[in-house]
Amino acid sequence: MLDKNEIQHIIARRIAKEINDGDVVNLGVGIPTFVPIYLPKNIHVITHSENGILGFGPAPKKGEEHPDLTNAGGGFITEVKGTSYFDSALSFSIIRGGHLDLTVLGALQVDQEGNIANWMIPGKFVPGIGGAMDLCAGAKKIIAAMTHTDKDGGPKILKKCTLPLTGPNCVDLIVTEMAVIEVTPKGLVVKEVASWTNIEDVKKLTEADLIIPSKIGSFC
Amino acid sequence: MAKPQIISAAKAAQLVKDGDTLLIGSFLAIGCPQQLIDALVTSGQKNLHVVCISPDYDDRGIGKLLFNKQVKSLQTSWHGFSKASQAGFHDGSIKIEFNPQGGLLERVRAAGAGLGGILSPVGLGTPVEKERETIMVDSKKWILEKPIHGDVSLINAKKADKMGNLVYSKSARNCNPIMATAGKIVIAQVDEIVEIGEIDPEHIVTPGVFIDYLVLSE
Repeated sequence: MLDKNEIQHIIARRIAKEINDGDVVNLGVGIPTFVPIYLPKNIHVITHSENGILGFGPAPKKGEEHPDLTNAGGGFITEVKGTSYFDSALSFSIIRGGHLDLTVLGALQVDQEGNIANWMIPGKFVPGIGGAMDLCAGAKKIIAAMTHTDKDGGPKILKKCTLPLTGPNCVDLIVTEMAVIEVTPKGLVVKEVASWTNIEDVKKLTEADLIIPSKIGSFC
Repeated sequence: MAKPQIISAAKAAQLVKDGDTLLIGSFLAIGCPQQLIDALVTSGQKNLHVVCISPDYDDRGIGKLLFNKQVKSLQTSWHGFSKASQAGFHDGSIKIEFNPQGGLLERVRAAGAGLGGILSPVGLGTPVEKERETIMVDSKKWILEKPIHGDVSLINAKKADKMGNLVYSKSARNCNPIMATAGKIVIAQVDEIVEIGEIDPEHIVTPGVFIDYLVLSE
């Protein structure tokens, strides 16, 4: 069995391969924050943060934090060559206006229509919406970064989401510690299966219908 | 145009009345007009309606007002770090309307810009759509986001000149320039007040016409 840390890093490492030189990307909290570790050094990515920053650098060394410089999760970041600041309304114009190439979002559930639910569990967990709905409505490409199953081992990739949606028909790619699954008009297509598991187990732990091509890639 | 008056935080707090709608700049307590919040906690106004993208933390940022039970309702986007807000939401003591973050900012921006609302695609097909009017334009559906006006705006900036022209610091800018546009009274807490002409006009982000009062950070 993989531990939580291994799972997060398998997912983050695989998602890094989806990012191209010059992309403007918004990385959500949780697993997506590990993605930059795995980006090749020769590509330049412009990171976007909801509070009003483009092109920021990694977390500062301890003791070098600037009190006025954090990302949208409240974590300290750094200014690098090319960083720009603007107000949060413009930041969301960048998202909605189609200027954001890619976002990576955590998910409680996704389904075979590309719906995603990640903002609430009625009666239990209601932290609010944040920027997630704006990202779902505006980003050019949406990757759901998620564990394949929930804490009890139940499927999170469903025929139909049961939780309130964050965005309808918007997810392009699902990356879990077990598989890379593309959302297509025909349904969910398994592109890759992690080398530590196999397609039979992926099918067992997925409620949604899966389209399984004759050739499936491997990752991990 | 009258120049903004320079007053103390305690005096600024007296401009807020029980039941007022406050538009407050802050993003998880970064760029928060903390001394204005602290002065309100001391002066103790009740039944406030607060508009902010997040009520921050119980002990830092806007959340101190909620922790001190001065807030009856909230239009916000995310309250994951405010235990007082979550508790108030669960026991019904604080009425909370959750908005998509960009949508909330556009609602305030619309008010400040004299617009009747904004047509947004954000929230279509989600529970947000059920709480809003939708409008068809050229056979495409949009959500109508109505303007949000405030009685008092509380904002934070790095520097002001004596005309109230403002510059900000890094990500502490966040919602402040938006919140500055839509309050009947706008109070800016700043770290520094300089003479008119000392700020390069190209660097001014919020023009002084929006600002009624300046409070110097201590």
